[in-house]
This record gives sequence, structure tokens and C-alpha cells, in this order.
Amino acid sequence: AGRAVVPPRSGPAMLSLDFLDDVRRMNKRQLYYQVLNFGMIVSSALMIWKGLMVVTGSESPIVVVLSGSMEPAFHRGDLLFLTNRIEDPIRVGEIVVFRIEGREIPIVHRVLKIHEKQNGDIKFLTKGDNNAVDDRGLYKRGQHWLEKKDVVGRARGFVPYIGIVTILMNDYPKFKYAVLFLLGLFVLVHRE
Amino acid sequence: LRKNVEDFTGPRERSDLGFVTFDITADILNNKKILTSIFSIFDWNVKQLFLYLSAEYSTKNNALNQVVLWDKIMLRGDNPRLFLKDMKSKYFFFDDGNGLKGNRNVTLTLSWNVVPNAGILPLVTGSGHVSVPFPDTYETTKSY
Repeated sequence: AGRAVVPPRSGPAMLSLDFLDDVRRMNKRQLYYQVLNFGMIVSSALMIWKGLMVVTGSESPIVVVLSGSMEPAFHRGDLLFLTNRIEDPIRVGEIVVFRIEGREIPIVHRVLKIHEKQNGDIKFLTKGDNNAVDDRGLYKRGQHWLEKKDVVGRARGFVPYIGIVTILMNDYPKFKYAVLFLLGLFVLVHRE
Repeated sequence: LRKNVEDFTGPRERSDLGFVTFDITADILNNKKILTSIFSIFDWNVKQLFLYLSAEYSTKNNALNQVVLWDKIMLRGDNPRLFLKDMKSKYFFFDDGNGLKGNRNVTLTLSWNVVPNAGILPLVTGSGHVSVPFPDTYETTKSY
């Protein structure tokens, strides 16, 4: 019976380097695997987001309330779920999220007045529940009414508090980086 | 259930301005016809109701107009029965044009938005509505 001959390693220094090589090689494969896993999670999340956009018809199906102008119904940090289906007519009392031309930040307020023509063209006025006056002062100079094209969506449902995380991430960028870093670390380290 | 008294219209620049005073007698709890659901509107998931009285009418210029005349926030725990008399509208009842003059078919309805603690935001229209006809002439004195 033969004996497997294992060539002797030359000394403890070489031993540790070889060991590291093995570890490095092993980790690289696993690293690639985890990176791919991470990529899949990100893609799935994006697909779900795009799917939501299609189903609701809104370019921004979920928004976070940024101001207190709709208190006591909504507070800063509440999450709103929107739909923007063209078939749904805009009626008074509805809560709409709209953008003023030239401004990036959408506003969540309630429809106060509407004037709709036979052909469906509509102009409407909004007001925040917690504001003393209507929104004319917020509109663009010379603009007295909002139109369908300014609407991002209608609020159909909401969840309180959860959006606070995005507000924190916006106001404190260091917090955002910390969260992203921790998330990345977690995904890379975690074995499925 | 509501009662209404309409006053007069006055032109402002080129648009009709309507003045309506109204009484609201509403029993929000009992608005449902089924008695068994009396206590259901302010359930554990209802944070508040946003009530609003809106006027709906048609004019030559616009096929559909809706104007909120008055609104109120009713928090959970507030008295759900309203007895408001001789209320003036909170917001100016401007028409987009001159469509209020002689308009016989202005309908006032009370509706509300149910704001839950979390979940769907439905809009409910109360049962019953009142038609308010506007006169053919303008009032020039402002006794508002």
C-alpha cells in the first residue's frame, strides 16, 4: 500500500501565506456571489417600484409628508400612497399631491374649488387643512389655478411616522451614508 | 339633514360672488341608514373626520363647478352631532364667470373625508342635500 506523499511545506511563514491564499480565493467567490445577490435585491426593488408606478399611474406612488400644513390629519414623516388614474375625476375634498411649475418639491393639500368644462378640462384651487388661506400665494406668479398636468397623484391611503427615516436621511446626510453603509455591510456579510 | 337660507349675489370684477348662510343639523353618527352601524363611523381606526359643505352647480362656462363653502375637522372624541345655525361660508363663493345669477340648481352637500390612524382615506357623501336657487338680480349693498 502506497502512502500519499505530501511534499513538505517549507517553514511556518509559507504555511500562513498559503492559508491566506486559500481564504482569499474562497472569499472572492463568495464575495462575487454576495454582490450578485445584492444586485438582485436592488433590481427586484426597482422592479417593484416601477410596477407600482404602472399600477397607480403616478410617477411617484409613495410620498413622504414634509410639512405640517395638513395637520392634524397628516404630520411630517407620514407616508402617503397615491394613485393618478386619469379616469378618476378631481373632486373637492380630495387630497391631491401636486407640483408647482418650476418647483421640485410636491405639495400635499386638499381641493377646495373646481371648475370643469364639458370636455374635461379642469382648473382647481387647493388649500392646506392647517393653513388659514388657500394656496394661491404658493402658485407661480400669475397662476390662479392648478390643472390636471400639475397633479402627481391623489392620496388614497397613508401610514404614519414611517417616512421619518427619509426625512432624517435628507436632513442629515451623514445618517444616510451610515444607513447605506450598514445595509451594504449586512447584505455582504449575511449568508442566505 | 340640513336647512339653508340663501342671501344674494354680488358681482366682483367680472365674477359672481355668492353669499349663502346655512344651518347645519347633522347627526354624523346616525348618517348610516342601518341602525346597527351607529357607532361604526368613529371606530378604533378613525383619527378624525374632515367635514366640508360643498356647493355643486353647472354654468354656461363650466359643465361642473364645485366650491367648498365651509369645512371643519372633527376629531375622535368630539361631539358627533352638529347644530350650527346661521353660519356664514368660510370661503368666498366665487364663480368662474357669471354663472350664479339666476342659477336655480345649486346643490349643497355635506361630505367628509375619513382620516384613519393608518390605511385607506375614503370620501363619504352624507345623505340628503339641499338645492339653493340664486336670484336673478345682484345686490349692490354689502351687508355681509
